[in-house]
Amino acid sequence: MIQGLSVDRVSYRYGDKVALDAVSFDVAPGRFAALLGPNGAGKSTLFSLLTRLFTTGDGRISIAGQDMGRTPRAALARMGVVFQSPTLDLDLTIRQNLSYFAALHGLSGRDARRRIDAALDRLEIRARAGEKARNLNGGHRRRTEIARALVHDPSVLLLDEPTVGLDAAARQSITEHVHRLCAEDNLTVLWATHLTDEVYDDDQLVLLHQGRILAGGTCAELRGDKSLKDYFLDLTQMPRQSTEAAL
Amino acid sequence: MIPYLVALRAIVLREGLRFIHQRERFVAALVRPLVWLLVFAAGFRAALGLSIIPPYATYITYETYIVPGLCGMILLFNGMQSSLSLVYDRETGSMRLLLTAPLPRGWLLFCKLLGSTAISIVQVYTFLAIAALFGIEMNAWGYVAALPALVISGLMLGALGLALSSFIKQLENFAGVMNFVIFPMFFLSSALYPLWKMAESSPLLRDICAFNPFTHAVELIRFALYMQFNGMALLWVLLATVLFMACALWGYDPARGMVKRKG
Ligand SMILES: Nc1ncnc2c1ncn2[C@@H]1O[C@H](COP(=O)(O)OP(=O)(O)O)[C@@H](O)[C@H]1O
Ligand SMILES: [Mg+2]
Repeated sequence: MIQGLSVDRVSYRYGDKVALDAVSFDVAPGRFAALLGPNGAGKSTLFSLLTRLFTTGDGRISIAGQDMGRTPRAALARMGVVFQSPTLDLDLTIRQNLSYFAALHGLSGRDARRRIDAALDRLEIRARAGEKARNLNGGHRRRTEIARALVHDPSVLLLDEPTVGLDAAARQSITEHVHRLCAEDNLTVLWATHLTDEVYDDDQLVLLHQGRILAGGTCAELRGDKSLKDYFLDLTQMPRQSTEAAL
Repeated sequence: MIPYLVALRAIVLREGLRFIHQRERFVAALVRPLVWLLVFAAGFRAALGLSIIPPYATYITYETYIVPGLCGMILLFNGMQSSLSLVYDRETGSMRLLLTAPLPRGWLLFCKLLGSTAISIVQVYTFLAIAALFGIEMNAWGYVAALPALVISGLMLGALGLALSSFIKQLENFAGVMNFVIFPMFFLSSALYPLWKMAESSPLLRDICAFNPFTHAVELIRFALYMQFNGMALLWVLLATVLFMACALWGYDPARGMVKRKG
């Protein structure tokens, strides 16, 4: 695959504990892919590998056509990331937070300002650009982090449980917003979550459980007539029961 | 080249902003050496009787002797403090943001070091200014000549902190670093007593002090403050900087999985 995102037989272990076991999936350019898995499935571990916080000798990762092992910096330059734990500097304003990030990507001056304004517009928080991050509620802080991840116009956006800790309204609004960004701007999105209501029927679904991919395909096709929630529970509880039975 | 410099400026600026938001820390970092200078040193003065050793051209008071060591103390404490904040950053996640920038990790870490060193140096000059108000003055040009010595020493101690931060698994282990790194480094050095004085009590003690890179940082600063160049000290400090930096790079190598933690 040339663009989009590709994960090919990636494994990772913490000491003896296998966190990812030969995980493979592709996300086509402009697709919204939901990486759905219960807590401990290995989602954050995969994100650390995708963002090169860790590296592994097993398997290949490519982002927007750039191989993470061979050209890591080119791959990092094409991705935007929202990590599970918040990474805003609360003492700085929204704009200062975004400028700092822009500079890390080599952007400065008028060019940076223009991109920051555009990113803030995309998340509808430009009016609050001068406020300190500390004064924002959880939903707006997350929006700021998403805007920040878009400043350098990445072609792939990675979000690790971006709605954790938000109330229902903020959660829904952010989920919708990112779906819209994906559709309108031809952005490739990988959205990790353990909440089934954040996955839409047209989304690509990658189901991760205990470090393995259990299923992959379009959400609507995979779930059939079941609700996604039932489908998810059926799949993630089955293997555990069978291993328990085997013990 | 430009993206490297843009990132450097932003990282240093951010350290500066952080520092403005934590003024209490600035004051606290100054109180420590000032207490040494104005309280302890006054008490020790009579007991010590320093003879003429380079770089000094005349007899000096004990207060005058310990000023370079106290400059080193500021750099040492700040180096460890910024290492602490790195461990904290790692736990909160802002370290992730830095490390996923599309620049070499070594450069990003170096920028961070330079930023915290710059702030330490502002504190050192504030300290020197207060000391001068109390009549403990150096050679006027010495203040300028000390700048490069302070930069290199600051980088060395910052690199040590950086290396330590990559090996400290959790924030709670940090107190151990205070006890096992800061205090031995400071007390087993020429900061408070010249090496010949150490040798009087124990040659082994003297040898340990002579091996301690902090001693060389202090001597480099001391000589520079009197417009003299101590090549041996510079060599030691440079070697130690390279060594600590290499440890830090190794510690932060993604193949070692630096941000490994639960959650
Ligand atoms: N630093 C670590 N050391 C050991 N095991 C870890 C570490 N981090 C995560 N794990 C384990 O790896 C598995 C996957 O964790 P993680 O990737 O955080 O899952 P998720 O993000 O899907 O909740 C879990 O079983 C977790 O306990
Ligand atoms: Mg997680």
